Amino acid sequence: MLISCPHCGARDSQEFAYLGAADLQRPDGLEASLAAMTDYVYLRENPAGRLRELWYHRGGCGRWLVVTRDTRNHRIEAVEPARPKGTEAGA
Amino acid sequence: MTHHPFRTASGGFIDRSKPVRFRFDGRDYRGFEGDTLASALLAEGVRLVGRSFKYHRPRGILSAGPEEPNALVELRSGARREPNTRATVAELFEGLEATSQNRWPSLTFDLMSVNGLFAPGLVAGFYYKTFMWPSAFWEKLYEPLIRRAAGLGRAANAEDPDHYEKAFAFCDLLVIGSGPAGLAAALAAGRSGARVILCEQDFRLGGQLLAERREIDGRPATEWLAETIAELASLDTVRLMPRTTVFGLYDHGVFGAVERVSDHLPVPPPHQPRQRGWRIYAKRSVLAAGAIERPIVFAGNDKPGVMLASAVRSYVNRFGVLPGRKAVLFTAGDEAWSTAADLSAAGAEIVAIIDSRPDANPARADLARKLGARYLAGGAVTAARGWQQLDHITVREASGAETVLPCDLLAVSNGWNPALHLTSHQNGKPVWNEAAQAFVPGDVPPGMAVAGNAAGRWTLAEALVDGDRLSREAVADLGFTPAPAARMPAIEAEATGLLPVWRVKGGRGKAFVDFQNDVTDKDVEIAAREGFRSVEHLKRYTTLGMATDQGKTSNLSGLALMAEQTGQSIAATGTTRFRPPYTPVAIGALAGHHRGRDFRSTRLSPTHEWSRQAGAVFIESGAWLRAQYYPQPGENDWLTSVNREVLAVRKGVGLCDVSTLGKIDIQGRDAATFLERVYTNGWANLPVGKARYGLMLREDGFVFDDGTTSRLGENHFLMTTTTANAERVMQHLEFCHQVLWPELDLHMASVSDQWAQAAVAGPRSRETLARLVDAPHDISNAAFPYLAVREITVAGGIPARLFRLSFSGELAYELAVPARYGDAMMAALMEEGRDFGITPYGIEALGVLRIEKGHVAGNELNGQTTARDLGLGGLMSPRKDYIGRLMATRPALTEPNRPMLAGFKPVNKADRLRAGAHFLDLSSTATMENDLGFMTSVAFSPHLGHWIGLGLIRGGTSRIGERVRAHDPVRGGDFEVEICSPVFIDPEGVRLRG
Repeated sequence: MLISCPHCGARDSQEFAYLGAADLQRPDGLEASLAAMTDYVYLRENPAGRLRELWYHRGGCGRWLVVTRDTRNHRIEAVEPARPKGTEAGA
Repeated sequence: MTHHPFRTASGGFIDRSKPVRFRFDGRDYRGFEGDTLASALLAEGVRLVGRSFKYHRPRGILSAGPEEPNALVELRSGARREPNTRATVAELFEGLEATSQNRWPSLTFDLMSVNGLFAPGLVAGFYYKTFMWPSAFWEKLYEPLIRRAAGLGRAANAEDPDHYEKAFAFCDLLVIGSGPAGLAAALAAGRSGARVILCEQDFRLGGQLLAERREIDGRPATEWLAETIAELASLDTVRLMPRTTVFGLYDHGVFGAVERVSDHLPVPPPHQPRQRGWRIYAKRSVLAAGAIERPIVFAGNDKPGVMLASAVRSYVNRFGVLPGRKAVLFTAGDEAWSTAADLSAAGAEIVAIIDSRPDANPARADLARKLGARYLAGGAVTAARGWQQLDHITVREASGAETVLPCDLLAVSNGWNPALHLTSHQNGKPVWNEAAQAFVPGDVPPGMAVAGNAAGRWTLAEALVDGDRLSREAVADLGFTPAPAARMPAIEAEATGLLPVWRVKGGRGKAFVDFQNDVTDKDVEIAAREGFRSVEHLKRYTTLGMATDQGKTSNLSGLALMAEQTGQSIAATGTTRFRPPYTPVAIGALAGHHRGRDFRSTRLSPTHEWSRQAGAVFIESGAWLRAQYYPQPGENDWLTSVNREVLAVRKGVGLCDVSTLGKIDIQGRDAATFLERVYTNGWANLPVGKARYGLMLREDGFVFDDGTTSRLGENHFLMTTTTANAERVMQHLEFCHQVLWPELDLHMASVSDQWAQAAVAGPRSRETLARLVDAPHDISNAAFPYLAVREITVAGGIPARLFRLSFSGELAYELAVPARYGDAMMAALMEEGRDFGITPYGIEALGVLRIEKGHVAGNELNGQTTARDLGLGGLMSPRKDYIGRLMATRPALTEPNRPMLAGFKPVNKADRLRAGAHFLDLSSTATMENDLGFMTSVAFSPHLGHWIGLGLIRGGTSRIGERVRAHDPVRGGDFEVEICSPVFIDPEGVRLRG
């Protein structure tokens, strides 16, 4: 499987570490309920189809990436940095 | 001139000037360079080459390619012995040694062939039905017997002496197969300037063209072949890879291939691997893998001498070998008729041509007459007979009359199956094509196109057109300017009529569907009768299509017979999908150099060379090779050495490499805020120039890692992690920063490899260091107290960092210098500490010192413990949020009766504690319900003179003074221990502050 890292180019998936679903909002640990935090830690959709997920380019640039992949056939629609634009140092 | 009894006078792609000697079953034979083992055996008149899997029936050579189900041999001997090698693809080399398989005591006299007499019992499902009970018999009796009787050769029982490699290649277009379609594809892409890789499993390029007497533009096709290969070889963007099988397609155009670099040589040349496992990254691909001919199911169809018609042509035309002198052709279509003409031209007698199609075609009749052969339209071979090899056949003519025909070769053809396996590896489902009478590629994987026979397009003209067009489309798609369409050469029209005959009933004897697994037509009937009707069930119940050939010649016959049984069409019956590998791949080719000690990389500390010279015994610790202890002359057991090293630290000064700890440099305005969020304890108030112990949780509330982090500047921290978690912590921190809190202004970098670090521990450590630290730096207790950190220089200007940290509980420091000074730092410290008796110590002593001091390490940070479990609950700040904070408050994680850290000492001081022993109350039995926890770490404490342990026990330190049993069923120990504080030495911490 190949992942086109926006910084490094198309690289073999062996260079990456997988985490799982992207776009989760971490609740504030001082204010959130335990139930909300439990959902954040454990509850995941398991779609047969389009999934936005986090990969870490550990053998390359060290960036976390959001990969949009179809779980049925591994086709990759988009790869983008997980860190939102405009939050890099100096931006 | 070498004489081979069945070699034709001339012709073929063999070098008759280069004889090659080889041995088969202990006898000497000769072949020519360019032969396969199969062609050389046939040339020498050897037709019986193996015994079948279940019934031990005599078997010959069915095919001339990788689909071969019968002719499996053990190749080479000793450590290089390789079972299940297909004689049809084994390239002949000088001194080749081959042995037939699955026979005892010899090939011609096989005692196990009595299995055939009990054959009625050995049908589909036999093992499942017969060997059911008593169940204890299975392992002891049935399985060993079955394994001895039914075998597929013996693996070598010594380590493989050869090397294997992994290699990687990248191209615009990968062409799989070098027949006419593949060559046309490679040429069109090559001419456009695209990077092309052409893989061919054979050692010679050309595919089916090598086996056929065809003309292209009125000249022998072999001339076109030579010119095309020459042009391809001249293009510098084209890479030709013969002897390379593309065995699998993985996601996104990643192909697996194996190159047989030295399989055709007695031993690999110096510095050459035996095989090379390739990973090929291709933007586009053209599958031109050809097709595999189908046999016909009739009684005795496995008799040596019954051969696929295409294989006969290959032996005659490519290898100059006559597989028989009195031949019969049994075909269901037009395409195989050339076999009779080729055999006749090579000097064989054509006894008869039996075409199962009922229409008596005048053109065919005319051809048969020219060859002097009987033409039996609408006839069928009902049985092939002979002792150990073919002697005669019985034929049922269209009229119903039975005829016996003597012959020593029966060429059979039932049409072709496209070699579409790679199109199926990404879950593509083949579809039945009525016109082609075959399954053809259905959904083709992205980026792949299928050309010629592999697509069920059977003529040479179609192959050339497909290859050229699909290749030009692919490179145009990639932005190359495609070469103009190749001029299509003139090719004689080909008849491809076919009416498959899936089985001929009425003959006496077994009719085989799957030769390799000895599956007969009756087995398919039984499977249907007993309800195993889906193709997947049919396969698993009868074993049809399993083993090394994966049913390349048998799958469709099996499906067709099942369709016949169920009254469905073949299309409705469906086919199994294929998985990699296409043909067997040696594990060695997948492993490459990653075997033995090189299974994974070994990391060496920057002080490794010094430790080696100091006589260290090394031990693997994660990815690292670390000094375990430093035996001195006269010390014969490790414990003696370790005790000496521990006492040296407690009483004088010791020196230990700690470079393997993970080190992460964190800088930025928000660095302290970031640490507040990833550690449980507070960081904002840590002064510059001080270090602090930090505890990190996972988001689920369990302990993740620990270490000390130092504040080198207002916005500059240096974190250390455990050796084992160095990479994981880095990944976690990057996640926290990039994904959770991107607004924080900071950067981090791993500096683990940049620094060599040594622990200098013991009451004399300050005096030792004072001699090495450069003049202006004051390391007195007042100027440099416990947990102080400073950037200094040592040994006359070498930059260094000094940390006053203690893992041992003694006055201790860690000194870090740039990694290149690692060995020099150790040597210098040894020199400066000589007067104080400085002693190097390894990770065994390091472990004893930390257990004596009650520090937790990997055994306690096992992913199942909380901060409270480890007595570190006080580090969980109530005033802030941090990773894992909320989840750590879950009831089960705060339950007071969880196993918690405590110390343990044996009641009888002579007892040796064992890590892994479980705690039980004094009177309770050893059951899960009574389990109180377990011992995590043990050590012999030379300071106390007995064994001590750390462990997790219900109630933890609230039970200090109580006695429990340490029960160790694995090693047989069961004795009383007393629960105590986990800190066995200096609980007030006087020593480390001294």
